[in-house]
Amino acid sequence: MAEELKLFRTWSSPFALRIVHALKIKGLEYETIFEDLSNKSDSLLQYNPIHKKVPVLVHNGKPICESLVILEYVDETWKQCPLLPRDPYEKAKARFWAKFGDDKLFSSIWNVFTTQGKEQEEPIAAAVQNLKPIEELLKEKKFFGGETIGYLDIAFGWTANIISILEEIMNLNLVDEEKFPLLSAWMQNFSNDPVIKECWPPRDKMIVKFQVMREKYLKAVVSQ
Amino acid sequence: MASCVQLLGASPSPYVNRVQMALKLKSIEYELIEENPHIKSERLLKANPVLKKIPVLIHDGEPICESLLIVQYIDDAWNNGPSLLPSDAQDAYLARFWALYIDDKNVDFQWYPLYKELREAPTEEARKEVLDKIFEGLVLLEKAFLKCSKGKQFFGGDNIGYLDIALGCYMGWLKVIEEMTSIKFLDRSKTPGLAEWAEKFCSHDTFKEVVPETQKLVEIFKMVQGRGKPASG
Repeated sequence: MAEELKLFRTWSSPFALRIVHALKIKGLEYETIFEDLSNKSDSLLQYNPIHKKVPVLVHNGKPICESLVILEYVDETWKQCPLLPRDPYEKAKARFWAKFGDDKLFSSIWNVFTTQGKEQEEPIAAAVQNLKPIEELLKEKKFFGGETIGYLDIAFGWTANIISILEEIMNLNLVDEEKFPLLSAWMQNFSNDPVIKECWPPRDKMIVKFQVMREKYLKAVVSQ
Repeated sequence: MASCVQLLGASPSPYVNRVQMALKLKSIEYELIEENPHIKSERLLKANPVLKKIPVLIHDGEPICESLLIVQYIDDAWNNGPSLLPSDAQDAYLARFWALYIDDKNVDFQWYPLYKELREAPTEEARKEVLDKIFEGLVLLEKAFLKCSKGKQFFGGDNIGYLDIALGCYMGWLKVIEEMTSIKFLDRSKTPGLAEWAEKFCSHDTFKEVVPETQKLVEIFKMVQGRGKPASG
């Protein structure tokens, strides 16, 4: 039976990119539907009525939502090139850090991005604090998954995708090569991997997009 | 070789209860080490340095944190008893998705924050608004129940599973809230499936032998309120 696989995403969403990477690693064919989040399609709203977000993976007509959960589904459904570790404890650790990345690290980086001057000092300290355990995870490893890219690399992909762009816009070095040598190296290795590189959104477009976003945030703060 | 399993927690915590329920379903012997969630012990900070929260499961010296992740770990690491997560990938997805939804602070349906909102609602109108949100969320969960249970008594089917635990852990505190507000949240006329499920779940040993009795929870609640502590979200 031919499998029908569709992915609803935007060109820039790092969370949607996770699924693009996973499907590529698994060698799966699928149809991409690009969404404009300011004008969401009826299909997207029908497939993800609760969160109304991308990514949504539709497998034989059934929608799968929430990017980390989609990764688990993809790994369970297609057994080739396993993404999650086999060992239960390693698996639990990978899930924990992926969640930490989304819950704590992402918001702390975002807090740096949406502030400036004196107000940025505390967010910077918090972000650096949250980056430290991630650096520790990479001791004696090329990737979080070991020798090859796995679930946690994909889950942390957003750091390699976005942080350097935010740094360039802010003219601020968060992931300092001296303070975070392993993480810096990982970001290079990850984004240069042929499987990942192929799907990377264009950097200049990303810079423009995030520049506009930062200006909006800072303006909103000033007018408060 | 018997493995050593310890659980750092506090029995009134629904998140700790989740882990206890999973351990019970898998017939795993463990030692509960009572932690005061307001006074973080050295032991807790060592086991969970990043988030500093209970529950933490320590299995042969290795710590695992975050209640839903611990439940999944228990399912992965021990083969006794039926699986907590469904074996079918689509069913497992539904269980994971809805468990996340239940805990999600960014959706309308939450437990404690909404209850606090309910108590603090300044007008009857504001109160009604919060109640409407709660019931909206419950209707969603009713649909989820019908889909996941496929006509059986639990979200997990014939047996209690991951999603039953994810939602069921809150039933003790829900009864406290119902007593305090005189509102029946799991109403047979609105969400018959959920109401029936709650009854079955709460009469099961997995619930009865883990979650403190409602009166005990009411006492704890009154004590916390009496201390003037703001209800934590």
